[in-house]
Amino acid sequence: MATVGQACLILALGSCLYGVGVSLVGARTGREALARSGRRALYALFLLALVAFLILEFAFLTSDFHYTVVASNSSTTTPWYYRLAAMWSSQAGSLLLWLTLAAGWSALCVVMLRGRLRDVAPYAVAVLLGFGAFFTAVMLFGASPFETVAVAPAEGVGLNPLLRYPSMMIHPVMLYSGYTLFTIPFAFAIGALIVRRVDAEWVRATRVYALAAWLALGIGVILGARWSYGELGWGGYWAWDPVENASLLPWLTGTAFLHSIKIQERRGMMKIWNASLVLATGTLAILGTFLVRSGVLDSIHAFIEEGKIIPWSFTTLVVVMIAGSVYLVITRRNDALRSESKLDSLLSREAAFLANNVVLVMIAFVVLWGTFFPLISEALTGTKEAVGPPWFDRYAVPLALILVLLSGIGPMIAWRRTSASLLWRSLRGPALVALLVALLSVVITPTSSQISAMIMFVVGAFAIAVCLQELWRGTRARMAMTGDGPLSSFRQLLSRNRARYGGFIIHIGIAVLFIGIAASSSFQNVRDVRLAVGEQATVAGYTFNRVKPTAQIDQRGGKLERINFGSQVRVTKDGKYVTTLAPSADYYPANGPMLGAVSTYFAGEATSEIGLQAGVTKDIWLAESPDISSLMPIVRRGDAVFAKAMKAGLAPQASSIFLAAALDGLVTRYRSSPPPSQFRIIVNPMVFWVWVGALIVFLGGLIAAWPAVGGVRDRVRARQAARVAKELGRV
Amino acid sequence: MTIITPIIVIALLGAVVWFVGQPLRAQVTDQDDRRDEGRIADLEAARDAKYRQIRDLEMDQRTGKLSDEDWRSLDRELRAEAVDLLSQLDQLTVPAEADRGATS
Repeated sequence: MATVGQACLILALGSCLYGVGVSLVGARTGREALARSGRRALYALFLLALVAFLILEFAFLTSDFHYTVVASNSSTTTPWYYRLAAMWSSQAGSLLLWLTLAAGWSALCVVMLRGRLRDVAPYAVAVLLGFGAFFTAVMLFGASPFETVAVAPAEGVGLNPLLRYPSMMIHPVMLYSGYTLFTIPFAFAIGALIVRRVDAEWVRATRVYALAAWLALGIGVILGARWSYGELGWGGYWAWDPVENASLLPWLTGTAFLHSIKIQERRGMMKIWNASLVLATGTLAILGTFLVRSGVLDSIHAFIEEGKIIPWSFTTLVVVMIAGSVYLVITRRNDALRSESKLDSLLSREAAFLANNVVLVMIAFVVLWGTFFPLISEALTGTKEAVGPPWFDRYAVPLALILVLLSGIGPMIAWRRTSASLLWRSLRGPALVALLVALLSVVITPTSSQISAMIMFVVGAFAIAVCLQELWRGTRARMAMTGDGPLSSFRQLLSRNRARYGGFIIHIGIAVLFIGIAASSSFQNVRDVRLAVGEQATVAGYTFNRVKPTAQIDQRGGKLERINFGSQVRVTKDGKYVTTLAPSADYYPANGPMLGAVSTYFAGEATSEIGLQAGVTKDIWLAESPDISSLMPIVRRGDAVFAKAMKAGLAPQASSIFLAAALDGLVTRYRSSPPPSQFRIIVNPMVFWVWVGALIVFLGGLIAAWPAVGGVRDRVRARQAARVAKELGRV
Repeated sequence: MTIITPIIVIALLGAVVWFVGQPLRAQVTDQDDRRDEGRIADLEAARDAKYRQIRDLEMDQRTGKLSDEDWRSLDRELRAEAVDLLSQLDQLTVPAEADRGATS
């Protein structure tokens, strides 16, 4: 089947190149048949990519180690659900995932267009097929997922243990969905600029996909943060790591675009800015894909394979995207991108959106600069120097404070203009809430030195109060208009203007999320401590007593999957029992020619299984790193015995039985005389609210992105049309 | 590689060529009807956006963000723009509908 998979990729490349050609000729000559054939090439690309994807997934599921990519990233001891996800832990597999998602979303977009944007679409299809051609070519000439060997190894290397985490199964899919969906607004922006038609229809078509991309990418980022918190063993959810930053960048510029596009929709303003933002977002999405897979920047999240990626090809693509975008924006600035009106007042929602855009782009610039600083410093000084979290925090924290404040001010201001007295009337209630929170913060928080966190509590409370007030005022207005009850009116409010009120819910979520981040990063208590069994440590008033060791061997399908060494830790506060946590470390077999049968389990890096008691006010987080140096002499003795037995012709069947017995002995030894372990203990306030805030954001995003029900929209249209007709009669 | 593999590959190639090339074989009859479709779609999108603005403006006034005086003047302006859009739409859609009625 590998040959069929490879043939699918070759046909896909052919389809892409043909589709690019006929779409461009169709667009230039106005021959609809050619444009239609180009669209079909896009559908064919999706079907071919899907077949290739399914063939590779089948190979992973059945552990067909003839496929190099399967042998290098999976094993028979990998659970079946992780085997399915193991595909995108590999370079080639992730490129195929990218292609399948990009082709799928693009095909869906073209189907949904239903013949609209007829002059723009062929160019957009050509751009989308161009991306398809690029990724197919990278696979065919650089990192083929269908590379096979004549003789399959008996066992695969296995999935990277760090990736054996539930959220990692969908984190890359969501992230790549976000990246690939952002290429659609990019493609349509290119098309619209070429035909000089950056109009209302383009806005309508673009915003839907930008919103979907924003939502998918946001979910991907949060799942990645959750993975970092629960799996990486350092206790945080955000480290300003290059790969994390790469996913944040298009999300930030995408957020700016989703705000500023509304100004264009309403006032025909900021067209240059919007075109630049959407083009930059598409380019940053490609850059994000590149950073995860290239290894040009050191990252704990980058899963690279030496010699497989073709960095120059991605660099070329990004350069072409930037150059093409700059050319189109500059050449269209005086006609298609000319502003139709001017800002009426600084006290208007347009002005607030503009300020929000400036802040978002400034944050994106800080993240971009900090992420690429190692490359910049190397180019200028010859030395690769990285900037750490304190550098990012120095600039990002004040900007985030302004952003949250603006997310509170924006909803209170009307479009076009508002008066200072009306603004003050809207502001009084939320300002009072903010004042109360400020007083509470001073009284409750343990130290007043964390000024930025305190300010975040205040501006966050202000933003939440404003949005809740707006939701209530809107509901009350609907109640007055229709005479319905509050719940029914609230539902109508949301369904009649999903973008507006979904947006307010997103603002509430963002404020909650930032309050959680401020509290958990400013008031956390961390302690690294070495404990033998029976010893205890105290952190933030909690006493952690290492009660007993735990050790076990996990088997899957009759084969040894991993060894697990850990502890039971009893947590008390003021003598009262709180919880018992069970942190541990997993040891998976590594691959290497010089490794012994037993030591192979301890040659790689151990992964952490976190002990976590999550709560509304605080998380108690515990990671353990057992000191296994005292076990190593026994491990080496075991290696020697096995080596001797293998030389003497020990049968493989007998070898596994002896290995199991040896490891069992090791586990028993660990239980009977446990070595001391290094623990990282964190008492982390309000992390819970980071995840709750994210959930609220996604709920708001779903409301905003949900398509309007046809019937409702038609009724609204009819009613509005009648009102406009009445006005026409009066004029 | 079994005999099935080349058969599958050839079948895939044939299917792709047939599927992608189909529009080139079909006769194009409706080109004239599509001349104004882009413009109509754009006007419809602009009209929908204008309706949203009118609704939002009303909501801003009802939730106390906009004075009655400002609301009246802005509302009048937006409605005039909506009327203009409807007129443009009528010019494009009514003749087309009349043509269709005449031919049927």
